Amino acid sequence: MNNPISDVHKKDFFSSLKNSPSTDEFIKGLWKENPVFVQVMGMCPVLAVSNTAENALAMGLATAFVLLMSNLLVSSLRNFIPKQVRIACYVLIIATFVTITDYAIQAISVELHKSLGAFIYLIVVNCLILSRAEAFASKNTIGKSMLDALGMGVGFIFALFCLGAVREVLGSGSFFGFSFLPNDFQAWILMILPAGGFFTLAGWLLFFNVINERRSEV
Amino acid sequence: MTETQTIPQNTNTSIMPMLRAMVGIGVLCALLIVLTFEGTLPRIERLKAEALEKAIFRVLPGTVATKTFQLDQNNGFTAVYDKGRTESLVFAGYDQEGQLTGVAVEASGQGYADVLRILYGYHPGKQSIIGYYVLESKETPGLGDRIEKDADFLANFEALDVSLTDDFSELNNVVVPVKHGNKEHPWQIDGVTGATISSRAIGNILGASTQYWVPLIYDNQQDFSSED
Repeated sequence: MNNPISDVHKKDFFSSLKNSPSTDEFIKGLWKENPVFVQVMGMCPVLAVSNTAENALAMGLATAFVLLMSNLLVSSLRNFIPKQVRIACYVLIIATFVTITDYAIQAISVELHKSLGAFIYLIVVNCLILSRAEAFASKNTIGKSMLDALGMGVGFIFALFCLGAVREVLGSGSFFGFSFLPNDFQAWILMILPAGGFFTLAGWLLFFNVINERRSEV
Repeated sequence: MTETQTIPQNTNTSIMPMLRAMVGIGVLCALLIVLTFEGTLPRIERLKAEALEKAIFRVLPGTVATKTFQLDQNNGFTAVYDKGRTESLVFAGYDQEGQLTGVAVEASGQGYADVLRILYGYHPGKQSIIGYYVLESKETPGLGDRIEKDADFLANFEALDVSLTDDFSELNNVVVPVKHGNKEHPWQIDGVTGATISSRAIGNILGASTQYWVPLIYDNQQDFSSED
């Protein structure tokens, strides 16, 4: 049976959520300002580590964790850090959380740590993290900075996963290591090589741009 | 784009606030790193030991039990049971009958991105390398990491010749890496196209390590002869 009062409340709740600035901070990173498909940032790990869905997901989670924690600390200390030394301080903070992530991944799985190779350390120089610290966290409250980092982090994970899933299915004929395609499927080795990363990224960028264009026409 | 709230920033140009911020953040970061390191170290060491144990079984086919030995001052090998020792260790493998299946040796050297740590299995009876595994690598995923996955490259280590001269003092031929497709002799390592530096590094690491360890292990085979 329909309850008109609760329907109104639900409608109000969702419309307020949709129009709330806090939700905007989170949502923008997922689609409108997606760090990979729109801002085209952090391309080094995006292209290098997205050869399997597992690697892509692990790298996405590691980057999102570093982004979230560095935004939290930069925003908390924004009034304590003088403008002249801010970049040095941000890099120090980011490098700290990358080191913590490195230890955490080693403690989770030696194999995973080996498969991500040097790219864990390269999170330090991922322009996405430094740009969010400089452009957002250093100018906004802790709550807003956390939402921004969560949105950008989830957007980065989503983008890496999209690339990793396509490349693993086409390049290895498996998904998360499980083969599900027929035995006579000829894997496209090119897709797990660097060139395959560029092709897949180009395909996803095209897909995103077509969707965005159609939405703007509507 | 969303509007950002303008928050007044500390624009004081004197040295003290800058010094305070940098030292303060430095101390905080150091504390976080040390706490994480101390907290994760026991688990990381346990996982690494387990990975090493698994690797020994991989490089010495048919192994069901292992024993750790250390090179002593007289250039002989003595069994070690102290987990704290990490220098000059080799790992002997034994089959179900307690017979020696080979000796696993750790070696390391500079790769493309960082130091490569590998484990290889040596069979004194066959005088050849019978297995190889990469323990630690930071080589580029998709390129350099083909030294761990490329089937043709791994085939080099099924029977890599490390036979000794008649007086057993040195190798007949030092293990050397060659360009992909140029392998002519059983002591050569066929490289990987696209992972040239990494595969060459593996060849050089094995070349140096076998020159040192193989004569020593062969000369002291009796030290490993029994599982007990």
